[in-house]
Amino acid sequence: MIELTEKEKSLIRIIQDDMPITERPYKAIADSLGTTEEEVIAKINEFREKGYIRRFGATLRHREAGIMANGMGIWIVSKEDVQRVGKIMASFKEVTHCYERPTFSDWPYNVYTMIHGKTREDCEAVAKRISEAAGIKDYKMLYSTKEFKKTSMKYFEDGEEG
Amino acid sequence: MDKIDKQILNKIQTDFPVAERPYKVIAEEFGLTEEAVISCVKKLKESGIIRRLGATFDSRRLGYTSTLVSAKVPVEKISDVTALINKYPGVTHNYLRENNYNIWFTLIAPSKEAIERILKTISDKTGIEEIRSLPAVNFFKVKVNFEME
Repeated sequence: MIELTEKEKSLIRIIQDDMPITERPYKAIADSLGTTEEEVIAKINEFREKGYIRRFGATLRHREAGIMANGMGIWIVSKEDVQRVGKIMASFKEVTHCYERPTFSDWPYNVYTMIHGKTREDCEAVAKRISEAAGIKDYKMLYSTKEFKKTSMKYFEDGEEG
Repeated sequence: MDKIDKQILNKIQTDFPVAERPYKVIAEEFGLTEEAVISCVKKLKESGIIRRLGATFDSRRLGYTSTLVSAKVPVEKISDVTALINKYPGVTHNYLRENNYNIWFTLIAPSKEAIERILKTISDKTGIEEIRSLPAVNFFKVKVNFEME
């Protein structure tokens, strides 16, 4: 477990939320924390360099941005072939996430790709191209038919243990 | 969205400047005024295209654990079960998908034990027994951004 100071956690609680859209957003954040703009900027850069911050900027609502369909591709890939296949699948720009996950006796799928597109047909076509590029024929696309929740994680908040 | 909206959106999805006047940095890159960039980003926020402007943390780097959970939930129980699942702040995405395993959600928690505890509670409270944690064992790609064309 990494060691973060209370001050660092306070900054994380603010920047994991929505930053104000104003000329000097880091000054606004600094003012609310009782610190300086310079220190906020330095700390955000430090978090980026250390890899704590994966991405810094705007998160889109896919639907409003015209990305209507999301299909989860699930693939059966032999253990020896996973590294090769994972790299090929990850190279597709339509694939936003690609992971290997455990299997079960009734669930042989071990590689998961999130595929985004304007339509379901777009996702199908991408999956077909991936299948051909990777040489993996055993797969399914699980489309989301309803979104129950979509939010960003809030770290270091009370009650997170559930 | 016009061409400038898309340019700005592509820029600020991955590389929002961390500088005293971030919008001035963007403005200089695209030959716009700082004021124009601020009003463009405000417009994209108000119209709902931008959900949030801030940091996305790597949960593992912060010492948290994450997983993807699949569950087999009878149709008549879906709304109660998802309502309970959604109450957990560590559940960030929750979807209905076309499969026997029809409920798929992501769960982030401070430890593996916390994840197990949460799943056991969900199972105990709802009577859903087929609920599986599928933590990633290999990470090949994690989302960066959506290029607007």
